[in-house]
Amino acid sequence: MTPVLATALAILIGAAIAYILGFDPFVAYGALLTGAFGNTMAISSTLAGAVPLALAGLGVSVAFRAGLFNIGAEGQYWIGVIAAVWFGYHLTGWPGWLHTLVCVVAAAVAGGLWGGLIPGLAKAYRGAHEVITTMMMSYIAIYFGQYLIAAGGPMHAPGYNAQSYPIRQDAWLTVLVPPQLTTAVFFALGTAVAVWWVMFHTTVGFRLRTVGANARAARYAGILVPAYTVLALGLSGLLAGLAGGVQVLALDHRLMWGFNTGYGYTAIVVALLARNHPFGVLLAAVFFSALSTGGQNMQMVSQLPSSLTDVLTGLIVFFVAAERMVPLAIAWYRRRRGVRVQVAAAGEGGREA
Amino acid sequence: MSSFLEVVDVHKYFPGVKANDGVNLDVRAGEVHAVLGENGAGKSTLMKLISGLYQPDAGEIRLEGRPVRFGSPRNAIRAGIGMVHQHFMLIPALTVADNIVLGDEPGGIRYKRRTAAAQVRALSQKYRLEVDPLARVEQLSVGLQQRVEILKVLYRRARLLILDEPTAVLTPQEAEELFQVLRHLKAQGTPVLFISHKLDEVRAVADRITVMRAGRTVATVPAADASPQELANLMVGREVVLRVNKPPRTPGDVVLSVRNLSVTDAERRLRVRDVSFEVRAGEILGIAGVDGNGQTELADAIAGLLPASGGQVAFLSQDITRLPPGERTRRGIAYVPQDRQRDGLVLDFTLVENAMLRDVSHPPFSRRGILQHRPARAYTERLLEAFDVRPRDPDRHAGDLSGGNQQKMILAREVSRDPSLLIAVQPTRGLDVGAIEGIHRQLLRLREAGKAILLVSLELDEILSLSDRIAVMHHGQVVDIVPAETATREQIGLLMTGTRVGESEVAQPSNR
Repeated sequence: MTPVLATALAILIGAAIAYILGFDPFVAYGALLTGAFGNTMAISSTLAGAVPLALAGLGVSVAFRAGLFNIGAEGQYWIGVIAAVWFGYHLTGWPGWLHTLVCVVAAAVAGGLWGGLIPGLAKAYRGAHEVITTMMMSYIAIYFGQYLIAAGGPMHAPGYNAQSYPIRQDAWLTVLVPPQLTTAVFFALGTAVAVWWVMFHTTVGFRLRTVGANARAARYAGILVPAYTVLALGLSGLLAGLAGGVQVLALDHRLMWGFNTGYGYTAIVVALLARNHPFGVLLAAVFFSALSTGGQNMQMVSQLPSSLTDVLTGLIVFFVAAERMVPLAIAWYRRRRGVRVQVAAAGEGGREA
Repeated sequence: MSSFLEVVDVHKYFPGVKANDGVNLDVRAGEVHAVLGENGAGKSTLMKLISGLYQPDAGEIRLEGRPVRFGSPRNAIRAGIGMVHQHFMLIPALTVADNIVLGDEPGGIRYKRRTAAAQVRALSQKYRLEVDPLARVEQLSVGLQQRVEILKVLYRRARLLILDEPTAVLTPQEAEELFQVLRHLKAQGTPVLFISHKLDEVRAVADRITVMRAGRTVATVPAADASPQELANLMVGREVVLRVNKPPRTPGDVVLSVRNLSVTDAERRLRVRDVSFEVRAGEILGIAGVDGNGQTELADAIAGLLPASGGQVAFLSQDITRLPPGERTRRGIAYVPQDRQRDGLVLDFTLVENAMLRDVSHPPFSRRGILQHRPARAYTERLLEAFDVRPRDPDRHAGDLSGGNQQKMILAREVSRDPSLLIAVQPTRGLDVGAIEGIHRQLLRLREAGKAILLVSLELDEILSLSDRIAVMHHGQVVDIVPAETATREQIGLLMTGTRVGESEVAQPSNR
């Protein structure tokens, strides 16, 4: 209930802001909606943009479920892209489907090692906080990627632009609905089902959730908490890396300067809004992708800057995080009113002491 | 004697629950009045009604004959109702005086610290609640912190003192001191309303006792006339067995053997020093001692949650000193940990998930790594039925259960896995008579079934009535192990202070 309420509140406040700035909120939101879902092209773009958000969001949510805060999904995404691209143009003469598979697996494994092995081991055996380590690893990954494609870098393709060689076309994902929607969408759906199944129907998932819900009880239950910490961060990084691999195979087909879209950061918001439920992640990913694609149309039609969508995102985060504040505020209000009404009635009841 | 506070036929409903369903109570000026009832009988709801946190749905509360309706706790305080909560609401970094006057400071915004200290000193002398007004609260023992709480309400001119389960956090000595304070308050004319589920202390301190059961007040009796048996029956609503019937039993083979075990805690302090003992099949070994003398660490080390820094733990003749906790569980060690909410259960999980917590990788909970929801549910339902855990709904979260039912749930899980050894640390802490009876029966049933049981408890009576032998711990060491048949409270009490009787004082220097 709360996620829906938080979103509704954010949209309402966004409308108020638009109105105060002198825009018609109905026109603006109408343009946002048509921009995101108005025609097949719009839907295609929105769903395509939702795929990396969903995959990386699933990754963040798995860590959350185990009580860990993976904020380095952005870097794991990059590492996934790098791995997929490397295998994408180095391998030749493989059947297309196998080549794709190799790239995807490479991306996932690379992301898993980056997010899981190093921060996970550091957390499990040295107590280094994962918020710090995943963030640091994230920056390393981003700058490493930029080094690779800079002039003179090992993956730099000859030419003026800072970009890598393209992935061989046989490994590209097939476009289903032009311009952007590819078979990548099946990766997102399949992974969501897989994550749901693992988390709620296997002993491994049960143990991960136990570690997240109560680490002391997990130890008492005989769960090797350090091992599951590594596993949780590993799975989390694996999914974020998969997001990068799938996205680059679907759309950009190469590592490019400035392709850094911030999917890994938005993924945190996606997981938050979805309350870490795999199917909720799918919905939240479509929602945030729609904000982004629709936002551009909104700016064109109503002149309202598309950065309003960033305001909406911020408000949603605020309201979801403030979930416990709402009942508190209501209780406080009731008490205040109670005091005012009843002070006169009962206050003097025992005052004569 | 005139009534100070009357509660007349009060009802309070919550969705699906009749928390108070016809409550009558009158507290007379100058008496200590106890409200006795099991957990969940509606005592806390009643207290919240009296202290203004809730408003009654029906019925009336009268103060000195005049009906009152408190809209908020503030109004109740103004009317002279002083509530001392079970959980203290003090600021550790502030002094005693600061805490007491907080919210009603002398001098208002220009806080007069010296006046406050003087006022608090005068107050503490008047009521003989001795405490240093300038000491910081964080440096005080729990018993003294409770005094500060009492002074806090007296400072606000409370004319009725309400104490909610005040002895739950106190040592026996501190509890006795509290009773002295209450008697003194009574002598000064301040009535006291005392909430408890412990029969003995209610009889020790109260003039009259009102018993609650299932949201109703069932009887009010003078404390002098009430026998423990009578009170227990009123509380539970049926005949309760207070004394444990323990048939004699010859112990079997050694199940657990602890040799020269030393344990350091997470802060690297040595908590268990060179401890040796054995527990045999069909035997209950009780571990007595004042809280914090290494009993919990000993239990944790045997269960594998703390590493041994020296010595050996053998289970069924095999060395398990280095085995991880999960492996020990598999070999047949069951463990009821001291802190049921932090260690024993995952409060956000359903009862089914809590039932599978320790055995998730085995049938009926899973097959080849895949959870078997339906068999797990059926198993949990049987567990709830057999151990009378309420509510009997496997989909409820463990956090929704009362303390007694949480404990039953843990015991159900641990016992039903058919262990060879059960370690139970304070299994009846905070529970009411009915629940304690049930847990004691389970422990004796296990003993009867030939299991070895290690019982750690701070309740001397529990240790004395259940154990076959009693090991007394002091300062991390086992001072002595005595047979329970011949042991007396005095003897155990003396051992708990580290003093051994007679010639055993010089014997076995390795244990000292």
